[in-house]
Amino acid sequence: MISSLIRMKAIIVKELRQLARDRITFGMVVMIPLIQLLLFGFAINTDIRNIPIGVVDQSGSTAGRVITQSVSVTQVVSITSSYATVFEAEQAITKGEIKAALILPSDLTQRITQQRVLGQWIVDGSDTMITSAIMALQTMPFTDFDFEIRPRVPKTFDVVLYYNPTRRSAVNIVPGLLGVILTMTMILFTSAAIVRERERGNLELLITTPIHSFELMIAKIVPYIFVGLIQIFIILGLGHYIFAVPINGAISQILMGSLLFIAASLALGLVISTIATTQLQAMQMTVFILLPSILLSGFMFPYEGMPVAAQWISEALPATHYMRIIRGIVLRGADLHDLWQDSLWLLAFTLIGLIVASVRFKKSLD
Amino acid sequence: MTKYAIEAHNIVKKFGDFTALNDISLEVPTGKIYGFLGPNGCGKSTMIRVLTGLMNANEGSVTVLDLNIPKQADLLRLKIGYMTQKFSLYDDLSTRENLQFIGEIFGLSGTQLSDRINEQLQCYQLDQLSNQRVGSMSGGQKQRLSLAAATMHNPSLLFLDEPTSAVDPQSRREFWETLFDLCDQGTTILVTTHYMDEAERCHTLGIMEAGKMRAIGTPETLMSQLGAYVIEITTQHSRALKERLLAKPEVKSAAQVGLSLRVLIDKSISEPISWLTNNFSELSSGDLKETRANLEDVFVTVTGEGRQ
Repeated sequence: MISSLIRMKAIIVKELRQLARDRITFGMVVMIPLIQLLLFGFAINTDIRNIPIGVVDQSGSTAGRVITQSVSVTQVVSITSSYATVFEAEQAITKGEIKAALILPSDLTQRITQQRVLGQWIVDGSDTMITSAIMALQTMPFTDFDFEIRPRVPKTFDVVLYYNPTRRSAVNIVPGLLGVILTMTMILFTSAAIVRERERGNLELLITTPIHSFELMIAKIVPYIFVGLIQIFIILGLGHYIFAVPINGAISQILMGSLLFIAASLALGLVISTIATTQLQAMQMTVFILLPSILLSGFMFPYEGMPVAAQWISEALPATHYMRIIRGIVLRGADLHDLWQDSLWLLAFTLIGLIVASVRFKKSLD
Repeated sequence: MTKYAIEAHNIVKKFGDFTALNDISLEVPTGKIYGFLGPNGCGKSTMIRVLTGLMNANEGSVTVLDLNIPKQADLLRLKIGYMTQKFSLYDDLSTRENLQFIGEIFGLSGTQLSDRINEQLQCYQLDQLSNQRVGSMSGGQKQRLSLAAATMHNPSLLFLDEPTSAVDPQSRREFWETLFDLCDQGTTILVTTHYMDEAERCHTLGIMEAGKMRAIGTPETLMSQLGAYVIEITTQHSRALKERLLAKPEVKSAAQVGLSLRVLIDKSISEPISWLTNNFSELSSGDLKETRANLEDVFVTVTGEGRQ
């Protein structure tokens, strides 16, 4: 038992020394979360603003100018040009100069008095986010006239937004980013762990020593747990201070939930490491796991909107469960007890992964 | 202590259709240096891997240090040292850190460990290099470190797989001195090599070729029991003569050494020199003399069948 601990300590110390001396890898530990956080935090923004549009005002009336200005002050769109004919506007859309055009017909004033539809938007529908932003302008009220030109649509329901009342994307993205970055770095580091020993020729020596498979597997992942924790501090810390992401849950819960996920990802990486024969293969397999983890875990698109088959894949990924856990804890102040199914799943995944990896890692060269 | 450190009987190891080890039996006496001599790819490394339990043989039985292999391979690992053909310690760790790692893996700790590390550093002249990263060290230094690592836990049996393939002759000599020191302390050593001068230093030698054991014995016995005469012929036009000599079935080998040809003639011919002069008229004026067999002659004589 004691010698088993000494053996594991030997491997852990060796891994940490190697990690500390591999400057690029060590740099990546810090740079990946830092850069990704800033990129995603600033660039991914689902609150669409400043869509470039053109205006075709065939009425040439005061009402037309007032309406154009009212549309402009919503800040959803930014009027970059005006055209004389619809055809010109259509061409500008085709060329990609503008994303949409507002067409105000020559009988605009008449339409206002008759309370008919005032004009038409023609929209480049290829980006659904832009489409829905323009669609929202469909019912925009005009208050700059002496009278209200369109009666307000009566509401059926009131909607109250909890947890993210200002609808800022960063609030949802930053905790989700934890899952993506941890998936990326944790699986990548450990998937290379055994393969590297094999590639560099260290494995043949290692398997003639008394170290047991399970000891080796445990000792290989322990150093990276610390790496994962460092990354969590970077992402949540910066997310909190730069993007004002509220941290409503307890830090201890965040740590425990994250540890579960880190362990699951590391175990998955180890399994890859016992399958791959070169570091390149390990890398490819990591990407194979990483892509669905970004796309299907609920990080980018809501789980609820996925087809059933995609939901199954999604359920199998540790990242999905972690997204639920970490968003639950950070944003809604939940704890692992509330999210026991996801927590249990991660725990089971870790154990199964470790067992599979140690069984697959045979201490023989056959 | 048992008489034999290693006993292997009728080992067969196949990789698919390829038979890497074909019915090999051997007995390695305790406290001696046993050598496997053979060309690259003849199965030396595979044999070591089978004996250490790293690979399972398809047929045959292996007993190493009274342990049944591969069943008790885990117990065996505590008692053996293994030096792989390719350098297999960590390039990005220092000499001391590598030894520390190996020592801890074998269960050493505390002052016992640091004492042993210092002892090994001194013994293998690595004390000046103790804090140097291994990646920047020379072949000879790496080899000394490998041996120091393999002997950290005082194994009673040492497997060395082509230990001197990346070292200069001077380092090789010193390396063998160390091996004899270890042997003196009671360690059994099994070493593979394709160098004749190294093979000659072993107490017992097994000559392997194409997965078969062609001959086993002490180098002296093997040389004295050589089934051929060794004739040195000094003559001009030796290149052309060599081809014609080899055309005769009685000539087992002809190799140019400097200015002369070293010719092995089958023992079935009673007077090799006169046979040569009778058959090759140009040799009547040449300088022919019978000489003592060396290990290369033995190697050439016993192998050759499977050579391609």
